[in-house]
Amino acid sequence: MSSTYLGMPAFPEAAAAATRDERLRANLRHATHTIRDRRAKAVAELEDWAELRAAGAALKNRVLRHLDHYLEQVEEKVTAAGGVVHWAADAAEANRIVTELVRATGEREVVKVKSMATQEIGLNEALEREGIRCYETDLAELIVQLGDDLPSHILVPAIHRNRSEIRDIFRERMASWGRAAPEGLTDSPAQLTDAARLHLREKFLRARVGISGANFLVADTGTAVVVESEGNGRMCLTLPETLISVVGIEKIVPSRRDLEVYLQLLPRSSTAERMNPYTSMWTGTTDGDGPSTFHLVLLDNGRTDTLADPVGRQALRCIRCSACLNVCPVYERAGGHAYGSPYPGPIGAILTPQLRGTSTALDASLPYASSLCGACYEVCPVAIDIPEVLLHLRERVVQGGRVTVRGRRRTVRPARGHTSERAVLRAAQWVLDRPGALRAAQRLASRTRGLHPRRLPGPGRAWTDSRELPRVPSEPFRDWWRRTRGGAQESPGRGSRAGTSGASGDDRGQEER
Amino acid sequence: MRVALFITCVNDTLYPATGRAVVTLLERLGVQVHFPEEQSCCGQPHFNTGYRHQTEPLVRRYARVFAEYDYVVTPSGSCAAMVRDHHPQVARRARKEGRELSPAAAQQAADRTYELTEFLVDVLGVTDVGAWFPHRVTYHPTCHGLRMLGLGDRPRQLLENVRGLELLELEGAQECCGFGGTFALKNSAVSTAMGKDKARSVEATGAQAVCTVDNSCGMHIGGLLARRGSTVRPVHIAEILASTADAPYAEAAV
Ligand code: SF4
Repeated sequence: MSSTYLGMPAFPEAAAAATRDERLRANLRHATHTIRDRRAKAVAELEDWAELRAAGAALKNRVLRHLDHYLEQVEEKVTAAGGVVHWAADAAEANRIVTELVRATGEREVVKVKSMATQEIGLNEALEREGIRCYETDLAELIVQLGDDLPSHILVPAIHRNRSEIRDIFRERMASWGRAAPEGLTDSPAQLTDAARLHLREKFLRARVGISGANFLVADTGTAVVVESEGNGRMCLTLPETLISVVGIEKIVPSRRDLEVYLQLLPRSSTAERMNPYTSMWTGTTDGDGPSTFHLVLLDNGRTDTLADPVGRQALRCIRCSACLNVCPVYERAGGHAYGSPYPGPIGAILTPQLRGTSTALDASLPYASSLCGACYEVCPVAIDIPEVLLHLRERVVQGGRVTVRGRRRTVRPARGHTSERAVLRAAQWVLDRPGALRAAQRLASRTRGLHPRRLPGPGRAWTDSRELPRVPSEPFRDWWRRTRGGAQESPGRGSRAGTSGASGDDRGQEER
Repeated sequence: MRVALFITCVNDTLYPATGRAVVTLLERLGVQVHFPEEQSCCGQPHFNTGYRHQTEPLVRRYARVFAEYDYVVTPSGSCAAMVRDHHPQVARRARKEGRELSPAAAQQAADRTYELTEFLVDVLGVTDVGAWFPHRVTYHPTCHGLRMLGLGDRPRQLLENVRGLELLELEGAQECCGFGGTFALKNSAVSTAMGKDKARSVEATGAQAVCTVDNSCGMHIGGLLARRGSTVRPVHIAEILASTADAPYAEAAV
């Protein structure tokens, strides 16, 4: 992914810094709560939402199960319609292909439709290194680009910025990228969008190469689909002579009819609109209409490896609506940058460690960037059980296991930094599986409760730095039960042992170990 | 009807008053409660941190200890969810990976496990348990109770029938409090930020107590409230429902 994310600290540190940024917190809170409430209303309007959601998941599952077949179909149809299909195994290959394609046109500038796939591979930076300038044309993406910033949200990359910050960025930076911001620009939304419109228009009219992603690729026709709100996409997809679309291999839907499902699920989940303002579809090239040259770069970059994992593969159903970000209480406090990739929030926490692996401290920390509250799963329009995948990836981090890397099965070792945690949990398990030992530990805690510090040392500090500890009671429940019920209560079928088995600590004879 | 109490390790060790309240309440409703002493923990701390293999002995123990009861009642939404949603799955995967653990036994135990308010409303069919709790209370629906168990309005129905109790609306009630088990330690800054927002909403209601179906969430919210110097206390729903005019709730003697 983009080199600019390299060297970022693990999630907890980056997130902790974000929680101290009052302005960021306020911006994010306001933005996510507004869109969250609107989404809930838009979804509630449809009586058949549950069925749509099930269909959205089922269709993608079908595509994933037969991905080889559908990919070949896409290649065949796009080629027949006058497009050129390229296959990119990873980010470097995709960047190389696109760079060469742009070079071949002789152009030094391209206009871009907002696209997650090109963010993922760091295409802008790759082109920049070859002296080709990419102009982002989505409003929020433009704000990020002008501000020399990183996106922090899938749909609204500049969600961390408020109006006055945007005005300042426009005033200070627009001139060095093209048409300057108008004199006396205020932070009214109308003026800001006007300034962006004027700034972008000259780029649309000048550009001869457009770069995009696609929300969907229809297999049986070879049609690419871009869904957007601002109309910048329509400009980029129709005005240039050459169009290059970089699309993840999981973006396929079997047939045109299936768009019916996703064109309902996506806008309502994403922008809370009944229908998005612009839906552009194109099939190869058409004489005298739109770009005369169309290149489709099909991007793998870890997707096939992800597909090999029976639990994790559901992440490939994602249609990048960002509903999970907008309801996520962790995202709301941590902000998007802490996730260290263009995919922030819950989907980032399950996608990035699969696409990139869990070998860096940052990537290994992502599956833990969740309280497992389940709000993401509840809103996901393709029913990705994000908590389930998080738990699965946590297991990979602490226990290691079998993974697929570039098509090869490999065993990964547990990530570093979990040694003491492992020891503590193992000890806890030992105690918890021996009621006698548990009772002894509880009694010790009760007996020494006057001595317990109110602030803990070591890892316990993470609790007591911000929260009081509960007082340890004078008597655990077990002892109260024995005292008041006299141990007369039996375990069924083994009543005679009930009084002693717990205390002896060796009640493991009956276990099927 | 043989009914067992699964107290959970957190309640057993730190919140015995909740366990005593469950016993008091169920006995008042004519249910004889059993407490098999070989029970321990549902394995949630291990499972949620990624140590699925370490969960297996606890899954096995749970299925064995509670095998002969018709109902297992637990005063913890998250432990009930762990048993119901994850125990059978842990067992299935263990067997698939060649370790002996009976999925059928785990499933059977899971099917008989009820969170307290489910047991009261669905099995006993009561929403008025004859409780008296003359305080202003707000209810925080914990995530596991809300989304995994789907407790719906069961806890509210029970609270609304408590004499003297004034139930106050909690803004953003459905938002996670930020506890999340080891999340509270691993991502303590975010956890604290979430919990502070929750604590603020709780205080804004003017309630004297914040009621939950899970003491672990209560411990987090309560710990933050106490650090803020707030007098609002977390109270488990069992303790409210056990409280009567004759034997009113008394804050756990510490
Ligand atoms: S995971 Fe689901 S909710 Fe999140 S962006 Fe993808 S489709 Fe949307």
